[in-house]
Amino acid sequence: MSFQQVIYPSLAFILLAPVVGLVFSGYDRVLSSRMQGRQGPPFLQPLYDIVKLFNKEATVVNRVQTAMVIAFLIFSVFTGCIFFVGSDLLLVFFALTLAEVFLMLAACSTNSPYSSMGSQRELLSIMAYEPMTLLTAIGFYMISGSFNVSEIINRDVPAIVELPGMFAGFVFILIIKFRKSPFDLSTSHHAHQEMVKGVTQDISGNVLGIMELAELYETVLMMAIVALFFITKNPFSYVWAVLACFIVYFILILIDNVFPRVKWEKMLLVTWGVTFALGGANLLILDMIKIAEGW
Amino acid sequence: MKISKSPWLLHYDASSCNGCDIEVLAATTPVYDIERFGIINTGNPKHADILVITGGVNAQNATVVKQIYSQMPDPKVVVAAGICACDGGIFKDCYNILGGTDTVIPVDVYVPGCAVRPEALIDGISKAIAMLDEKKQAAIEHASCQIHYEDKED
Repeated sequence: MSFQQVIYPSLAFILLAPVVGLVFSGYDRVLSSRMQGRQGPPFLQPLYDIVKLFNKEATVVNRVQTAMVIAFLIFSVFTGCIFFVGSDLLLVFFALTLAEVFLMLAACSTNSPYSSMGSQRELLSIMAYEPMTLLTAIGFYMISGSFNVSEIINRDVPAIVELPGMFAGFVFILIIKFRKSPFDLSTSHHAHQEMVKGVTQDISGNVLGIMELAELYETVLMMAIVALFFITKNPFSYVWAVLACFIVYFILILIDNVFPRVKWEKMLLVTWGVTFALGGANLLILDMIKIAEGW
Repeated sequence: MKISKSPWLLHYDASSCNGCDIEVLAATTPVYDIERFGIINTGNPKHADILVITGGVNAQNATVVKQIYSQMPDPKVVVAAGICACDGGIFKDCYNILGGTDTVIPVDVYVPGCAVRPEALIDGISKAIAMLDEKKQAAIEHASCQIHYEDKED
C-alpha cells in the first residue's frame, strides 16, 4: 500500500466524517421530535450543540479524565482511518474496543458514583455486543476470503445476500453502540435517567465537545460497516449503500422512540440470543454451503 | 455562531409546592415544546447553561443551590420561576424560608406567577438565552482587558 493510498482516504475521513455524522445526528433529532408529535429543533441543532460546547469552559475534575477523552477521540479517528484505508476489519473492531476502553477509563477516573456506574454499564454493553462484531468480521472473511475491507468491497455480489443474519444481528447491536433506548444504559442523549448522565456525568464544556466529536466519528464508522454489506464492484451499489444506511438509522430511531430502557441482564440475554440465533445460524449455513460445494 | 443556539437547562426544585415544577415539565411537552429552541432538559449541572429554580430557598437546601450553581460551567444564567423563587411568595414569612433564590445566588431573570405559566416561562427562558450571549461577550472582553493589563505590567 503506497503512501497516497493511506493519506488521502484518512484525510478525507478526518475532514468529512464530522459533517456526515452531523447529518445523521440532525436527521435523528428532527425525526425523533416528529415521531413524538413535536416541531423539534432545527436540522443543524447538533452543530449548534458542538459549537456551544467548544465555547464553554470545562470544569475539570482531574487531569486524567481530559487525557482519556482525548485518547478516545484519537482512537476513534484512528479506527475510522484503518477502515477507510481499506485495511483489516478485525483490527478495526479491536481498535474500536480500545477507544471504548479509554472512554470507560475517563468515566471511572472520577469520584462521581453516577460516572463510575455508567462506566461499569458501558463494560457490560461491550460484553453484550462484542461477540456479534467478531462474528460479522468472520462472516465477511467466510464469503470473501479476506479480512481486508478493500477486498470485501471488490466482489460481484453484495455481502448481504450471503450474510442476511449477520446484517440483522449487526443492526441489532447498533442500538447498543449508538446508546439508543432500550439499551441506553450507560448514558443517554435523552433527559433524566436513573443515573443522570452516566458516563458523561463529569465531562463538561469543551471536553464534552471532544467526546461528542468522537461520537460523530464512531457514528460514521458504524454506518460505513452497514454500507459494507451492500457495496460491490459496481459503482451504482454505493447509492444502495447510502440508502440502506438511512433506512437502518430510521429503524434505530424508531426503536429508540418505541421501547423503554431495560435492565442489563435482559440486554445481555437478548443480545447474545440474537447473536447466536442470527449470527451463529448464518455462519453455520455458510459453512454447510462451503462443505456442499466441496463435494 | 452564537452560543445561545443550544441552551441546556437544569431544573432544580428548591422548596416548591410542585405547582411550578409541573409547569416547567409542561413546557417540555409536545404542546409547548421548548426543544424547538434547542433546549434540552439535562439533569446534570455540569452540562447546563440555564438553571431554572422553582420554590423559595430554605435553610436546608441553600447549600445545595449554591453547590449546583458553582458546578455549572461559565457562561451561565439563572431563572427564578414562580413567585416563590422570585421572593419567597406566600411562604415568605415561614421560619425556615430564607426568601427568593437571589438570597443565595445571583438571579438573571425573574418569572412571576403562581404557578408560573408555561408561556411566561418560555418568555423568561428566551430572555435568559439572550443573556448567555451577552455574558460570553463580556467574558471575552474581560479576558482581552486582562491581557492588556498584563502587557502593561511587563
